[in-house]
Order: sequence, then C-alpha cells, then structure tokens
Amino acid sequence: MTPAIAVSHLNFHYPDADHPALQDVSFEVGAGEWVAIIGHNGSGKSTLAKNLNGLLAPDSGVVDIAGMTLAEETVWAIRAKVGIVFQNPDNQFVGATVADDVAFGLENRGIPRAEMLVRVQEALEAVEMSDFASREPARLSGGQKQRVAIAGIIAQRPDIIILDEATSMLDPAGRTEIIRLIQQLRATTQLTVLSITHDIDEAAKADRVILLNDGQIKTTGTPAEIFAYGPELLALGLDVPYPEKLKAALTARGVAMPQTYLDEEGLVAYLWTLHSTM
Amino acid sequence: MDITFDHVSFTYQAGTPFEGDGLKDVSATIKDGSYTAIIGHTGSGKSTLLQHLNALLKPTAGTVSIGDFQITSETSNKNLKPLRQKVGMVFQFAENQLFEQTVAKDIAFGPKNFGVPEDEALALAKRMVELVGLPQSVLEQSPFDLSGGQMRRVAIAGVLAMQPEVLVLDEPTAGLDPAGRAEMMAMFAKLHDTEHLTIVLVTHQMDDVADYADHVLVMAQGALIKQGTPREVFADTDWLRANSLGLPKTAAMAERLAQRGFHFDPLPLTAEELATQLLPQIGGGAHE
Repeated sequence: MTPAIAVSHLNFHYPDADHPALQDVSFEVGAGEWVAIIGHNGSGKSTLAKNLNGLLAPDSGVVDIAGMTLAEETVWAIRAKVGIVFQNPDNQFVGATVADDVAFGLENRGIPRAEMLVRVQEALEAVEMSDFASREPARLSGGQKQRVAIAGIIAQRPDIIILDEATSMLDPAGRTEIIRLIQQLRATTQLTVLSITHDIDEAAKADRVILLNDGQIKTTGTPAEIFAYGPELLALGLDVPYPEKLKAALTARGVAMPQTYLDEEGLVAYLWTLHSTM
Repeated sequence: MDITFDHVSFTYQAGTPFEGDGLKDVSATIKDGSYTAIIGHTGSGKSTLLQHLNALLKPTAGTVSIGDFQITSETSNKNLKPLRQKVGMVFQFAENQLFEQTVAKDIAFGPKNFGVPEDEALALAKRMVELVGLPQSVLEQSPFDLSGGQMRRVAIAGVLAMQPEVLVLDEPTAGLDPAGRAEMMAMFAKLHDTEHLTIVLVTHQMDDVADYADHVLVMAQGALIKQGTPREVFADTDWLRANSLGLPKTAAMAERLAQRGFHFDPLPLTAEELATQLLPQIGGGAHE
C-alpha cells in the first residue's frame, strides 16, 4: 500500500540561519497511521510540517504525499489532501460565524453551494460543534476554536491532518477535548494523523513517535519504546511521562526498577508486587 | 505589602441588560512575601480577581487594600500610578506586547514613563536582562529576532524594571516547551527567594502549584470556594473532582496506589515525597 507520507533525505536551510533546520530527514507514515513528531522548540518540527504541503520548499530531498511527489505542478493537488491545524486558535479564523469559517476553504475550492452546506454540517457534527454554527468564532473557548479549525479541515475531506502544536495553547480541559476528538475521528474515518507536539500525553496516544533533535531524526519507535529513554528525553528538552519520574525517584532510593516503560497501571501493578513479596 | 480583599464583589457592565457577576463576595489576603497560586477553570473569575490586584478594575462593592492604598468603587483613577509600579502584571503571552527596536529600549520603556532618566533606565535594563537569565548580548538585538521563550523573558524583564514588590503572572508558561517551562518556573522561584518578590501565579498546571506555591486560592463562578496550603487544597480529591479541578500528577498516582492498598500520610504532592513514603512499603531502604 502506498504510504500516506514518504519523506526521503530532506534538507532545509533558512536563508540567514547558521545551522540547517532539517538535515537528511527520512521517514514514512502509513495510511491511517497516527504518528507524533516530538522535539524541543527549535528542533525543526514546524519546518518539517511546512515542507510537507509546500509552504516551504526543501533544498534537496523528496516528499511524496499519497503517491504524488511534491513539486510546483502537484502542490495544489497535495494541499487538497493535507490539512494543517496551527498552534494559535486565534490566528486561523476568517469567517464571521463558525459555519462561514468552516465553509471558507470549500468556497476557495469552488465546491457547489448545495454540497458545501452538507459538508459544513457534517464537519461540525463530527467535531460536536453543530450547536455553535451561527456563533461568532471569537467568543468560543480555545478548545472550541481548535475544534472549528479541525472542522474547516475535515470539510475538505483530506487524507492527512497535521496538528502543528494544535493543543499547546489550550488549558488541560481543551487539550483533552482535542485529543479525544482526534481519537474519535480516527475510529470513524481513514484519516492519517501527524501530530507535532511537545505534550508527552498527546504523543502517548500515537501509534508511533518520531523524535526530532536539532533538525535530525534521533530515533523512531512506539510510545513505550521512546518513553523508555526516560531521563535522556529530559536532556533533549522534552518531558517524560509521570511514571518515569516516579521510577527515577525510586531508582535514586535504591529500588530496582524495570528498564522497560510502564504506564501508570503497569507501575501500580509492579509496586504492588513489591509490596506483596515484602 | 499585603493585598487584602474585604467582601469584594464586581459586576460587569453594571446597570445594563448585559450585567454579569465577575466576583462574588471575595475575602482573602495575599501575604507579603508569599507565593500564591490562583486556580479555577476558564471563566471562574481568576482574571477578574487579577485585575483588582493593581486597580485595573475597581470593586463594585467591598474594599481591596494594596499596601497603603484602599480601593473601593469610589476610588478615582488619579494617583494610582505609584500603585501600578508596586504591582507588576505579566499578562498571558506577554511577548505580544514587545514593540521597541531593541531589547534594551523595550525594557527601559516602563521606567522612563515613570520618570526614570534614560541612562538609569538603560542601566536597569542591563540588570533585568541578567535577572531573567538572558545574555547581555541580547540588549542591542531586536526583540523580534529572539525565540518565543526569550521574547517572553524580555517582556518579564520589562515588568521587573519597574521594580515592583508584587509580581502577578497570568499563565506565564503557556505555549512553552517542557524545558522552557521548567526554566521559567525556576526563574520565578529565584525571584521569590532571592529578590523577595511576592508572587501571584494564575495557572492550570497543578504540578506547578504543588511544587512552588505556599498558598492557594480556588475560584469558581466568581466566588472563592477554598483556600489554604497546597496540601490542604489537594487533600480532598473527591471535592476537587466534583469541582472539575485537576490533581497534581503525584496526588493522582498516590490515590491510585491507595486504592490498591498502599497508605500515605500526608498526601504526597511531588514524585520525591511519594517515593520516600513508598520506600518502607515496598521493602526498600530497610537496610539504611
């Protein structure tokens, strides 16, 4: 099966920068997969996202989206397949109402009005914002705004949705809301998700994690494989899931802890075993 | 300088059909030298409360005492300038307020407005840049050439340059990456410990409340529904949940462990505290 995204030997350098922003980056994302790209601020995550739909053009390397190689001739076809949700919910609204805003992208693509109305309604239903269709976007909460932004994208029926730190400006409730929405969308559609994040709880929900550091792929693996790096993640400017913090505190007190990653439930079970065999 | 709220209520757009409650009968004291956290979800009245700390809003009823100042609904806006100097406000995404050509000029802007001569204001800028952990080399750079985290530090340096006694921080780490967040929180702790600033922190990060605050005010629907030390506030996990407030991660983990049969007293709030309390219960450290 053709991968949703195939990137090979991508290099990118900002004109005035001392260091390349991306160096020899290669990876694939399968159709329907959820991949998280993690890395500290300035690691090249957002530059990578912008190279995937032609907002930036690489110095060298190849980007294939759903079997099409990104080039001047294909960029519009590719943008129809890739939607990006950006970080700041306030920077991506153009419509006077929620429904207008969702319709904006469709109008730009010349979708007939009758179909547009159906798609807008479906998209708002998918993000559970139908009741807000005639509301003013500025008066919504951060989580609601990002849901509308996501509706604007899914109305265009893309194959791939890129979340570029889409939850980082939200409060914890808003963050949970968006992650839950993505999980729902994935359960009902074939959507491929690429989430660019430094939120470890968001990365934990992905099928696979790519760790980017200073413009290079440091490692790739399942969330459990990546989280097993523990304190090394801290050194890379990232956070570790809470169980790893507690493991480190216990290890420092001389308790033998397993090397593998344990989620909260796993850690509770392990500690209870220690308690029972005391 | 204590800040005391005495039966403070605030009504938005009073006397119009749009009037709404901002604050309802709030009485509390933010003690001089304290590190006070204000928690509560979006729309709970946190920001309204915050704007009373330097009289950006004045109470509809009741009195806010800020050091020697008494603010009531009758207080005129004249003569509030010295008060605004004493209480420094760092708003959300403070970097959006940067505007000058260089970092030095941006930081010096506030003090100059308060009548500090230019050379003194620039000297202050130099000191403040150091205080927020930036190299002197940024002084002559455009603030817009810096990273997001650095820009926010410059904005905070601009507030510190007013030499306030109280530093009010509204979600100061929002949007920063984990390393940037940790550095920022360490910087505030240092300002509290070595510069003896009173810190008022509005946050959704319960772990930061557990790690740094010594007093917590919990707001809901404009009312102060609880206050106390972090340990007191986080002790009643059922109550927190009923009010849809989060728990620090350690407290949540301790609760799960307690359901399994472990015992904790008092409720641990940091991973270190939890590990220490776990040790005798899992047969570790018995030989020490």
